[in-house]
Amino acid sequence: MCTAGGDTGEKLSNPSLEAKKQFLSSLIEMCPKWITGARIEKASMTINQGGEMVIETTPEHINPLIGFLKRYTNAQYRSYVSSCGVDHPDKQQRFRVVHNLMSLRYPSRIRIETYVDEFTPVKSITNWFNGADWFEREVYDMYGVFFTDHPDLRRILSDYGFEGHPLRKDFPLTGYKEVRFDAVEGQVVNEPVEITQEYRSFDYTSPWEVFPEDKRSDEPMIEQPKKEGESN
Amino acid sequence: MSLGKLRGVGLGLNGVIGRDQAGVIVRSLASGAVSTGKPEPMGAPPPSTGIVDPTLSKFMQPSNTVEYAVSKFDEILNWARAGSIWPMTFGLACCAVEMMHAGASRYDLDRFGIIFRPSPRQSDVMIVAGTLTNKMASPLRRVYDQMPNPKWVVSMGSCANGGGYYHYSYSVVRGCDRIVPVDIYVPGCPPTAEALLYGLLQLQKKIKRGRDKLLYFKK
Repeated sequence: MCTAGGDTGEKLSNPSLEAKKQFLSSLIEMCPKWITGARIEKASMTINQGGEMVIETTPEHINPLIGFLKRYTNAQYRSYVSSCGVDHPDKQQRFRVVHNLMSLRYPSRIRIETYVDEFTPVKSITNWFNGADWFEREVYDMYGVFFTDHPDLRRILSDYGFEGHPLRKDFPLTGYKEVRFDAVEGQVVNEPVEITQEYRSFDYTSPWEVFPEDKRSDEPMIEQPKKEGESN
Repeated sequence: MSLGKLRGVGLGLNGVIGRDQAGVIVRSLASGAVSTGKPEPMGAPPPSTGIVDPTLSKFMQPSNTVEYAVSKFDEILNWARAGSIWPMTFGLACCAVEMMHAGASRYDLDRFGIIFRPSPRQSDVMIVAGTLTNKMASPLRRVYDQMPNPKWVVSMGSCANGGGYYHYSYSVVRGCDRIVPVDIYVPGCPPTAEALLYGLLQLQKKIKRGRDKLLYFKK
């Protein structure tokens, strides 16, 4: 029997890497259709909670999979931690939606990932976790990923009437609109952005390494013989 | 073109900047009054009436007894106003914590008659303490409009002065003077409680300099 907390199921400590592998493979055996991939990240980290379990799934199967992980006796991921999005502009399915769950019965965390493009909606998990409501709104706000069956899918952080999705990689830093108070209209108005000060380009080379001699090298330092006539 | 754009963000090193004439211009523009944007010409010093007020400059000396009386009335008003600045409790970010420090026992704004009020309708001063975001801009303006006249604005910290750290952001107003007319800019990120206190003392100074009844009378 494989549980999220290792073989014994009673031991309340960080399960070994082997136990996590077994648990993941048992999950894959149980729902092969829902899980498209599984991996363990930071497996080399042995102390604390290294070895993070990650499951990849499809946008339409994410809901039953999360429900399964919540209800399954040997997993019991009943605590919803957070959700987030990631933008990979070079990929066809450019957005990754990530849900983080935690099991209090077995001290274990798990990450459920799915990839979508701009137009494919993801199944909302608000039927399993009410807390996912605002997180999914935030993912929608920042990336423009749609969630089906979400009770109230609208922007959460950005301005009313905001255009674009700020955390997309192709969104310009300064955005498209800026606000000011218009005395004639007597209200705050949106206007196309106009930056009077140029962007600053930072030079990250250290000012202390402009001289080649000062550059750090693996060679042992050799005292330079003083040239004649050189004053110190 | 607003003055905030001209000013940019380089307010850092000059200490607290109180703006007398320029502040008046901004105020008249932003409150909707039609104005040419020029400060009122001072003109030549008026003919001496024998009444010399040592507290006023030679350009502002009263030209007759009535003006003298009105300017004294102004002084009384200013004394009362400067002695009981009631700022609004309005914190937006980390600057608000410094504002609380200034209000707490160590710096104790109470001893200047500065008492934070929970309602804009009882306040004279709005301290814009923190990052003003686009979403917060119209609530800020609305709250400012709810304050009774005369009212002043203290912009506290780099973010409120000119966007500061978030100057290039898509969601931050590049200076709260785009939304409300600012009287005093307090630099810092965040400004210390002392800096804010100094700014409020500068505001007291500015209030004491005011002579709006006299100007009204002369007009």
